[in-house]
Amino acid sequence: MGDLDFDVIGRSLPYLLKGLQYTLQLTLTAALGGTVFGTLLAMARLSSFKPLALVAAGYVNLMRSLPLLLVIFWFYFLVPVLVQSMLGWERPPQIGAERSAYITFIMFEAAYFCEIMRAGIQSIPRGQIGAAYAVGLTYWQAMKLVILPQAFRNMLPVLLTQSIILFQDVSLVSLLNVTDFVGAAVKIAQRDSRIVEMYLFVAVAYFVLCYTLSYMMKLLQRRIAIVH
Amino acid sequence: MNLGIFVEQVPDGDGAWWEMLASGLGWTLATAFFAWIIAFTLGSLVGVVRTTDKQWLVRAGNAYVELFRNIPLIVQFFVWYFVVPGLIPAVKLWVVSLDPTEHQFVTSIVCLGLFTSARIAEQVRSGIQSLSHGQRNAGYAIGLTQTQTYRYVLLPMAYRIIIPPLTSEVMNLIKNTAVAYSIGLIELFFRTREMAEMTFRYFEAFAAATLIYMVIAMSANRVMAFIERRVAVPGYITQGK
Repeated sequence: MGDLDFDVIGRSLPYLLKGLQYTLQLTLTAALGGTVFGTLLAMARLSSFKPLALVAAGYVNLMRSLPLLLVIFWFYFLVPVLVQSMLGWERPPQIGAERSAYITFIMFEAAYFCEIMRAGIQSIPRGQIGAAYAVGLTYWQAMKLVILPQAFRNMLPVLLTQSIILFQDVSLVSLLNVTDFVGAAVKIAQRDSRIVEMYLFVAVAYFVLCYTLSYMMKLLQRRIAIVH
Repeated sequence: MNLGIFVEQVPDGDGAWWEMLASGLGWTLATAFFAWIIAFTLGSLVGVVRTTDKQWLVRAGNAYVELFRNIPLIVQFFVWYFVVPGLIPAVKLWVVSLDPTEHQFVTSIVCLGLFTSARIAEQVRSGIQSLSHGQRNAGYAIGLTQTQTYRYVLLPMAYRIIIPPLTSEVMNLIKNTAVAYSIGLIELFFRTREMAEMTFRYFEAFAAATLIYMVIAMSANRVMAFIERRVAVPGYITQGK
C-alpha cells in the first residue's frame, strides 16, 4: 500500500476531464436522440397498421436481447459499409469509433426508450384519444397536443433513470479505444503504470456523479409528480 | 456471406471456428450460472434485510445496493481484477497461484454476482413490500418468529410476484457476461471478436453471435415463463395464458 501515488490524478486531470466531457456529450446526445426515435418506435409499435407494428417490435426485441458490447462492435463495423453502399462510394468512409458511437447509442437506446414511452402512452386513458378525435384533431395532432405531453410527464422519472444507466453504459466504448472518461483513465493507467490508483479514482468519481444524479432525480420526481 | 468459415480450422489452435464459439458459449453460460447463485443468495439476503425493522440493517442494505448500482460494470470489472489484488496482498498471493483463465473466471463470477445481487436485492425488497402488511402480522399472530414469517409467509409470495423482473435479470446477467471480455475472459463475445479479427469475416462472426444471444434470450424467457406457470398462486397473480 505504501507505494500508491495519487498525484497522478492531479497531473492527468485535464485529460480525464476531456474524457468526461466526451462521455457527457455522448450520453446527452444518445438520451435525446433515443427519446425521439424511441417515441417514434413506440408509436409504430402501437400502430394499428400491423406490418409497421411488427417491424418495430422485431427491432426492439432484437436490440434488447443483444449485449450492448456486441451492438457497439456491430455498428462500428457496419456503419461505414452502410454509408458506402448508400452513397455509392468506392471505399467505406473513415468514420472512427468516436463518431460511430453516437449512432450506436442512439439506435440502441431507442429500443429501451421505446418500451418506456410505450408504457407511458398506454398509461393515458383510451378515452382521451377518442376525445381528441371527436374534437377533430388528426392522429399527429392528438399525439402532439394530448397524449405525448402527458406520457412524457408520467414517464420522466423512468426516462431519467434510463439516462443514468446510459451514462454508465457509455463507458463500454473505451473497449474500442475511444477516449471517454474510462478510456482516458485506462490510457493514463497504462502510460504511468498507475493502474490501482486510476481505476479506484474512476470508480469513486462515477459513484459520486451517479449518486448525486439519482438523488437530484428523486427531488425532481417529488416536484413534478401529478397529484391525483 | 460464407458459412464455410465456421468449419475452417483455427490457425495454431485446436478445432474449427464453430468449436471456438461453442467453447465461448460454454464459458458464458458457466459464468452466468455461478454468478446467478451468488446474486440470488446475496440479493435475497440484502433484500430481506432492507425490509426488517432494524434501522442499521436497512441502511447497510441500502448502501450496498447504491454502491453496486452507481458504478459502471466495466469499472467494477477493473476494480475486482486490478485494484483488489493490488491493494490486498493476500488476494494477490492467491491470484498469482491461479492460471490466467481461472483468475478471469473467478473475477467475472464475483464481479457479476455482486453486481447482479444489488439488482435482485431491489426486486426482492419491492416484492416483499408489495405484500399487504396483514400477511406479516398474521404470521406473527399465529406465533411465528420473524425468521419463520419470512420463510413461510412473506418470501414464498414475494418470489412468485417478482418472477417477471427476475427473468429480465437472468437475461441481463447473460448479456453482461460479454463485459468480461474487458478482462480477457474467453467467453462468447471474446471468441466472436477473435474470429472476426483473425479471419476478417466480421459479418459472419457477429451474425453467429447475434443468433446465439437471441436463442439464449428466447430460451431463458421460455424457461422462466414455465416456472412462472408452475408456481403461480391460484387467484392471486394472473396465471399464464
